[in-house]
Amino acid sequence: MRKLLKVLFTVLLFMNICGCHGSLGAQVFAIPEAFDENRSYEISFWAKNDTNINQVNVYKKAISDFEEIYPFIKVNLKLYTDYSRIYNDVITNISTNTTPNVCISYPDHIATYKTGVNTVVALDELIEDGKYGLGGSDVKFDGPKKNEMVEAFLDECIIDEQHYALPFMRSSEALYINKTYVEKLGYEIPDVLTWDYIFEVSEAALAKDEDGNYLVNGQKIMIPFIYKSTDNMMISMLKQLDAPYSKEDGTIEIFSDTTRDILKQISKHAESGAFSTFKISSYPANFLNAGQCIFAIDSTAGATWMGSNAPLLDISEEQLVDFETIVKPIPQFDQKNIRMISQGPSLCIFNKADPQEVLASWLFTQFLISNSVQVGYAMTEGYVPVTLKAQNSAEYLDYLSKAGSDNKTYYQIKIDASKLLVDNIDNTFITPVFNGSASLRDAAGSLVENTCKSARRGETINDAYFDSLFEKVTSLYHLDQVQSIESDKDLGPLPTTAKILLGTLLVSWILLAIYGYREWRKQKTQ
Amino acid sequence: MKKLLTITVMVLMLLGLCACNKKPEETPTPEPAPAPAAFDPSAKSEGVMTYSEFAAANLGDEVVIEGFVQGAQSYWQGAKFYVADPDGAYFVYCDGKGEDINISEEDYAKIVASTDYKEGWKGICDGTKVQVKGVKAEWSGEVEVSEATVTILDSEKWVAEAEDVTALLGTDALIEKMNKKVKFSDMTVEASKDADGNDVAFLYNWDGSGEPGSDLYFNVSANGTTYNFVVESYLCYDGSDVYEAVEALNIGDKLDLEGFLYWYNGANPHITSITVK
Repeated sequence: MRKLLKVLFTVLLFMNICGCHGSLGAQVFAIPEAFDENRSYEISFWAKNDTNINQVNVYKKAISDFEEIYPFIKVNLKLYTDYSRIYNDVITNISTNTTPNVCISYPDHIATYKTGVNTVVALDELIEDGKYGLGGSDVKFDGPKKNEMVEAFLDECIIDEQHYALPFMRSSEALYINKTYVEKLGYEIPDVLTWDYIFEVSEAALAKDEDGNYLVNGQKIMIPFIYKSTDNMMISMLKQLDAPYSKEDGTIEIFSDTTRDILKQISKHAESGAFSTFKISSYPANFLNAGQCIFAIDSTAGATWMGSNAPLLDISEEQLVDFETIVKPIPQFDQKNIRMISQGPSLCIFNKADPQEVLASWLFTQFLISNSVQVGYAMTEGYVPVTLKAQNSAEYLDYLSKAGSDNKTYYQIKIDASKLLVDNIDNTFITPVFNGSASLRDAAGSLVENTCKSARRGETINDAYFDSLFEKVTSLYHLDQVQSIESDKDLGPLPTTAKILLGTLLVSWILLAIYGYREWRKQKTQ
Repeated sequence: MKKLLTITVMVLMLLGLCACNKKPEETPTPEPAPAPAAFDPSAKSEGVMTYSEFAAANLGDEVVIEGFVQGAQSYWQGAKFYVADPDGAYFVYCDGKGEDINISEEDYAKIVASTDYKEGWKGICDGTKVQVKGVKAEWSGEVEVSEATVTILDSEKWVAEAEDVTALLGTDALIEKMNKKVKFSDMTVEASKDADGNDVAFLYNWDGSGEPGSDLYFNVSANGTTYNFVVESYLCYDGSDVYEAVEALNIGDKLDLEGFLYWYNGANPHITSITVK
């Protein structure tokens, strides 16, 4: 009986110690002295593509080429077409310790992944390592050195002052314009469009004939201006106005008067029908290509879907309208100070118990930023390589120089979209990354979507509306629970459960002390 | 004393462990069921539109409909499901994220009859009656009730019979059947081209860029015209009978198919069952 009690006691004691804590987490990764090549490795790579078979083929070729160089490393590819799905699956697998080895991610998502203990590998030491780092002596392929990375893109992977990812590809947003229709409406297109300009032309495009057909296209449908990503829209407009969004420490600042002013402006044009969004109306490219949209804002990585001659089409040939497409930066408040978002996939490495396995993952990650993969993937869409080594390579320069020579690999609009980013790298920006920044981004889009829906329904858009909207969005996206790192807010009283737990522990220790004292007294008296 | 102390400490520790647990939610007391009435699947509550009234409403109008859930896609970034009554059919979209979705995951599970999350999604439903308030909207040609708020009604269930629309393929009349449960008879599997230009019976994703678990696209023909159909993986997931049946298709197979007549820039049937002849 006594033994049984002892065992039970020990088990309970252990459970009490561990019970209220999360997983203890993996050991901090340390670079092995040497990579053990006398064994085999199997690593998993979760990759995202834009529902584009050419991108899948680039991944497959990359794996095949890598396995030829390192025949003892097998890479298993898992394909996704949606960042949210990857994020969801990674979160699920963190709790079961079954994360992939290498994963395409957004820095916002990595900020959440790394709230686990040593879940994501910090890459700074690996990047600098003389043997296995970027350009390291024992790396068996011609990868980029650190100074051959685009510094701005590499810096985007810094979270809490360390690199938790390598950039894989970069894109931005572009304004795809039906030039034919803008000129038909009597406007000239400037090099850089303003928001006022784009809304003015959009309103002008709503004129109809007596049969209810739009004059500009002779059709019953015309949505002059469609924005694909409304979170980017709000974020970009705030950035261009140098208005608050969030701070590096996680302080939320989006609910400002400037945000109200932006939403008021958008609501007017949503109400008139001059402006809509992807969520409300569908893909901008489909409307643009059917001659039912004049200004379409979408990722540069969506360029292969844009225009009468687009290599990828989502509408039937009969719906396609012939027009001239041009690519410009997204509209600006200040034409002399262009600001456009930098986005695109990055690569993070998940920590494992075996440091050799992590090193194998790192070598594969490095391979994904070598020239053959970078140039190959960049050619599939309006992406830009993340290394200067690839950007300046003869192969990539040759690719850019052949713009317009066909409507497939060298599709003019796709290459124009890539050039737009290459020419504006210094004008790109990112938003602060912290645990909760992904929710804030969703909230930014939700503000625009909700305002547009309300305006279309004829609801009154005024300060009372925004008070209510801000409160609703704050609650839905739990923005009131995002704690800034340096927050000195009063956390309030302890929850009841915590009080009970602490009380239990206290009583346990007191009883243990009494027991110990009695034993000591007993031994002393004997 | 030693035993007493040990047992006391153990009891206290157990209490401590329990304190870490979430308080179980209280189960609301069910209200007494109303007296049974004669079942009429066309009957509507007061203030609810008939299908004709819904069809006549303008895009952007607020609408209230009632019907029986015939199929449901997985609960992911919104809830999407197919509703019908004897007069017509609706596609309902509760858009949003997390708590922004106007139907809880628990309530959603109640309208999905044959879902097993562990095995994958098989969202074929057995006709739970719901009332849906929302806005009539159109997305790439698909007319839907968006921004929907859903109430599950206490009613007998009703499942629609699939209507054979093979003769309407390629005609303007097909759009009148949008969202209905439909069937296509004596169709022939035609080749699709994979990434290497090979003839195959189906593709994972529209261009072959997917893998098992992705949507399945395949071509079928009737009367010399070829149409592209899809097994929507959020409706019938990898492992469902129809998903496996499509993966086993051969070019030239003769089929009867059943599904929901979804619309995406044209007819885009979401196939839920296949019979190879």
